[in-house]
Amino acid sequence: MSMQSSLVTPATPLQAYASTADLAISPASRREESTRARAVSFPRDQRTEPAPVRFIIIALAITFLTVFVVLPLVVVFASAFSKGISAYFAALAEPEALSAIRLTLLVAAISVSLNLVFGVMAAWAIAKFEFPGKTFLITLIDLPFSVSPVISGLVFVLLFGAQGYWGTWLQAHNIHVLFAVPGIALATIFVTFPFVARSLIPLMQEQGTQEEEAAISLGASGLQTFFRVTLPNIKWGLLYGVLLCNARAMGEFGAVSVVSGHIRGETNTMPLLVEILYNEYQFVASFAIASLLAMLALITLVVKTILERRLDEGQTPPDLEGLSR
Amino acid sequence: MSTAVARQSSLPGFGLTMGLTLTWLSVIILIPLAGLFLKTFELSPVQFWEILTSRRTLNALRISFGLSFAAACVNLVMGTIIVWALVRYRFPGRRLFDAIVDIPFALPTAVAGVALTQLFAQKGWLGAPLAELGIKVAFTPIGIFLAMVFIGIPFVVRTVQPVLIDLDPEIEEAAASLGASRWHTVFRVILPSLMPALLTGFALAFARAVGEYGSVIFIAGNLPNVSEIAPLLIVIRLSEFRYADATAIAVVMLLASFVIIFAVNRLQRWAQTRIPAH
Repeated sequence: MSMQSSLVTPATPLQAYASTADLAISPASRREESTRARAVSFPRDQRTEPAPVRFIIIALAITFLTVFVVLPLVVVFASAFSKGISAYFAALAEPEALSAIRLTLLVAAISVSLNLVFGVMAAWAIAKFEFPGKTFLITLIDLPFSVSPVISGLVFVLLFGAQGYWGTWLQAHNIHVLFAVPGIALATIFVTFPFVARSLIPLMQEQGTQEEEAAISLGASGLQTFFRVTLPNIKWGLLYGVLLCNARAMGEFGAVSVVSGHIRGETNTMPLLVEILYNEYQFVASFAIASLLAMLALITLVVKTILERRLDEGQTPPDLEGLSR
Repeated sequence: MSTAVARQSSLPGFGLTMGLTLTWLSVIILIPLAGLFLKTFELSPVQFWEILTSRRTLNALRISFGLSFAAACVNLVMGTIIVWALVRYRFPGRRLFDAIVDIPFALPTAVAGVALTQLFAQKGWLGAPLAELGIKVAFTPIGIFLAMVFIGIPFVVRTVQPVLIDLDPEIEEAAASLGASRWHTVFRVILPSLMPALLTGFALAFARAVGEYGSVIFIAGNLPNVSEIAPLLIVIRLSEFRYADATAIAVVMLLASFVIIFAVNRLQRWAQTRIPAH
């Protein structure tokens, strides 16, 4: 239970906090103690709300989610196809659109692979060892979740900008960080920093160190142990982290907007091109790019649900659960 | 180091992985954030104060924090209603609506921004009927508020959902058997047990709304002093090369989010200590 719910939530500080909330409020042992079998049956009206109240609550929930969540999504596709399918594909075949798609894929590839390596190492150090300051370290890793995207971009402008700390030096050596791929990649790495580590830490903590210790005592090397023992155990959690990291990397807007410089055909990622085209009243083109990003979001949600089911199946048996905590 | 500190484990690799983790963390997160704070020390306290108390900055901060608070309040109420419907009732499409709650998390903010603007613009699907009622949403503070409600809703739902699922039914049954009305049970027994999770969800939704940029700026109108949010003012100051102004606003917002993280951590601790008392 605890593992599943700690992995349910994506893209936000919630992932960090929801997991702790869940662990804190519902210790498995307390639920075991509840003796539901002995519960006397009560008149139905005392255990649930009257039918009209139930109806109103359901109606409110459905209406709210439809207006605020479903309709915006529908609008994206309706606007993208408002001038027909050929206009849609023509918009996507524009050189500017293709260059934005290429840049987005490149930046996502860079930031996901770097954060993948970092995330695995951080999770190994944090989940498999005990050391003072562990909670503080996790807080630091979570930090990007609570920083405004604009500020995540601003910090790199202050370092690498023309008036920044290293701006003059970089200019003298003709190195382009800001308004170029390195800056966009750095800002993206910053905002996607916690995802992989955050999906692995609770999973690896729950699995404990017994299997790895057995492998080491049988003579396996550290790397062999990781690739043969740990990796198969965490593969779904790892995929989960990579999935969310990738979704955010491709969709990041604020941080990238600050460091990109909006050079047409060069430093515009897909979200930035959505903005530019929208501001130029090229609605079909803007929503065509937006529809690709919306599909990415929907695919991410579907794969996430599948992975969560996998993670549930691979849950450690209850008698081992207590050992790792 | 690895043997002295990490003594409870016989596994290898602590020194290497911890070393690389700290290095990567410093390069990507700590040094850039430290740079932000260092930059503010280049300002004299008077300059810092003048930037923050200028009319435009104060209004931007007021708009960001005020509307975020209002949106988080709506999220708290609507989130509770949605969680209740999803967890306690069975209705057609329940699983679908459960999945839909995550869309504001997954949808890139720029996409959400243009979609909400299109929806609430004067000729939009919802904007047109609202305009007939005399309510203008897009390019007004109401638009900012609605965008903030959109991005905040999953926080409350996903924080409270696991807690409500795990809530011991015995507590409710005990209340009922002692003669409490359903109304009484919900408001005096169930909602207080959910309180730490509700407040956590509220704080997270609030924090996200304060820093939100992409989904807000399209619908905001961005009129200085009226519908200009603080993150946008940072971007404007940067484009004017007024780095000091941008930095000062950023530091205030960053400190505010640190306070919120701290509050959320305290809430979690509160939740942990009060449960055994039941």
